[in-house]
Amino acid sequence: MAKELWKGNEAMAEAAIRAGLKCYFGYPITPQSEIPEYFSLHLPEHGGVFLQAESEIAAINMVYGAAGSGVRTMTSSSSPGISLKQEGISYIAGSELPCVILNVMRGGPGLGTIQPAQGDYFQATRGGGNGDYRVIVLAPANVQEATDLMRLAFDLADKYRMPAMILADGMIGQMMEPVEWPDEPTPEPIAKPWATTGTKGERRHNIINSLFMEPEACARHNEKLDQKYRTVAANETRFELIGDEEPEILFAAFGTPSRLARAAGKILEEEDGIKTAVFRPISLWPYPYDALYDAINQESVKAVVTVELNTGQMLDDVKIANQGSKPISFIGKAGGMIPTPREIAVAAKEALGRK
Amino acid sequence: MEMDVVYQKSAGLEDVEFHYCPGCTHGIIHKLIAEVLVELDLIGDTIGVAPVGCAVFAYDYFTCDMHEAAHGRAPAVATGIKRALPDKTVFTYQGDGDLAAIGTAEIVHAAMRGEKITTIFVNNTNYGMTGGQMAPTTLIGQKVTTAPLGRSKEHYGSPIKVSEMLATIEGAAYIERVSVHNMAGIIRAKKAIKKAFQLQQEGAGFTLIEVLSTCPTNWGLTPNDALNWLQDNMIPVFPLGVYRDITAEDK
Repeated sequence: MAKELWKGNEAMAEAAIRAGLKCYFGYPITPQSEIPEYFSLHLPEHGGVFLQAESEIAAINMVYGAAGSGVRTMTSSSSPGISLKQEGISYIAGSELPCVILNVMRGGPGLGTIQPAQGDYFQATRGGGNGDYRVIVLAPANVQEATDLMRLAFDLADKYRMPAMILADGMIGQMMEPVEWPDEPTPEPIAKPWATTGTKGERRHNIINSLFMEPEACARHNEKLDQKYRTVAANETRFELIGDEEPEILFAAFGTPSRLARAAGKILEEEDGIKTAVFRPISLWPYPYDALYDAINQESVKAVVTVELNTGQMLDDVKIANQGSKPISFIGKAGGMIPTPREIAVAAKEALGRK
Repeated sequence: MEMDVVYQKSAGLEDVEFHYCPGCTHGIIHKLIAEVLVELDLIGDTIGVAPVGCAVFAYDYFTCDMHEAAHGRAPAVATGIKRALPDKTVFTYQGDGDLAAIGTAEIVHAAMRGEKITTIFVNNTNYGMTGGQMAPTTLIGQKVTTAPLGRSKEHYGSPIKVSEMLATIEGAAYIERVSVHNMAGIIRAKKAIKKAFQLQQEGAGFTLIEVLSTCPTNWGLTPNDALNWLQDNMIPVFPLGVYRDITAEDK
């Protein structure tokens, strides 16, 4: 198929329709409003339902209802709106329902700014809602990958009966890039015998619920969830390692900053002969700790430089993966500002003790 | 001696004990909903949405599929279900804290959209499950655990009248306030609930039945005194009657 030029937000919406999305519920917020706008016109054309809710809270609870009814469903928002959805995400995880949540991140905290940022990493990977639960978190670094991950998010959500989040920074949502649509047909809906679709008098009632009054029952439920999350962690880590085979500097970055790190690597190679590679987690939860540990512990690596559009959040996971083995430094900007490749290159040289 | 069955529990209710306090009228309201859904032959095609509050375990009591919502969010959850499965019957069962406080936005907008769901709104003028705190429906002067000297109008305003408020919304097809404090009221309540579900089936729009209900435990009254207290104190503030009926406007 030929490549087409797509804006990230619209491409992700189109990818969701191609993945079999049936019901979308959302609320306008910059920089992701093209997503509900796109769905409002095109989702009904494919037999789906678009509904603009009265709030982000209502939207995620509509997703909760539709997910319980067994259809592919999603919501999208940007950082402050995702905060409002956390209660619903906790209920959806607790009730073991599949859905997709798309966060096109902007700067924070509070109202922050409408410019791109990655300040919601903690919220996405550590859980913004109450209780012991996990959300699969996938982070695209370009528009093509954003469309590919949308399909994967729906498949993983259905497979494990849990929410999956696409964590895109505002750059991915607002940027136009070529997209090549795969020749895959829209998948047939899978059987969901647990869904609330009416008993027809033929079975006992299904109940969608996350309440367990007896502590023993709630503990069993938590253990069951934990077992599931361990299975996901063992099977669903995704990452990319690009660059020199024997790098001195290993950059760690997700989303847009991974591209800035590659540009910085070129500067370092050309001007100083410093070899670099970029380790890019694609799944932020589960985090590819083992793969990052292996990449860090190549003999050639002298320092790890983490690059983020925040003040150092994924940095915690890099430290966990590192297990104290190599020096780690951080360069990042929050609040909608973006470090230049030159600034990243300077930070990398400083990490090597060079000027 | 052969015995005829002259009365039995509705097939719309599970054969389990309710957890409700002695004398509380939630049980009657459950029974009416179950009977209506069976009589209309809808129970196998219905999804009910339970609230947070005294009726939180309603999902264990109805034989239809059930979905437990977060506090106040039942109308949004029901919207998601109804939009995903437009041919199914969907109802929410909500108390006055759930619907008239934390879930005000959700109920108003479900009504505005003319969402084809039925809400059973149980008004007992307090937060029963958490031990009798003040609700938006608490009467002026009524003593509750968070207003132990009685609700003051100056401090908290006057009780919210949900049926009157929602009746101003065009998307609402049928709004009626009933009471289950006596037999005449129970019979009237069942008729109202039946009409609401019938209108949902016809796609008429949003329907809500507000049911005045007792809370003997938190009111500190015997079951019988609670029924009398409802009649003497609640009905003057929350008058019974039909507040909106688009089928009447057609005539």
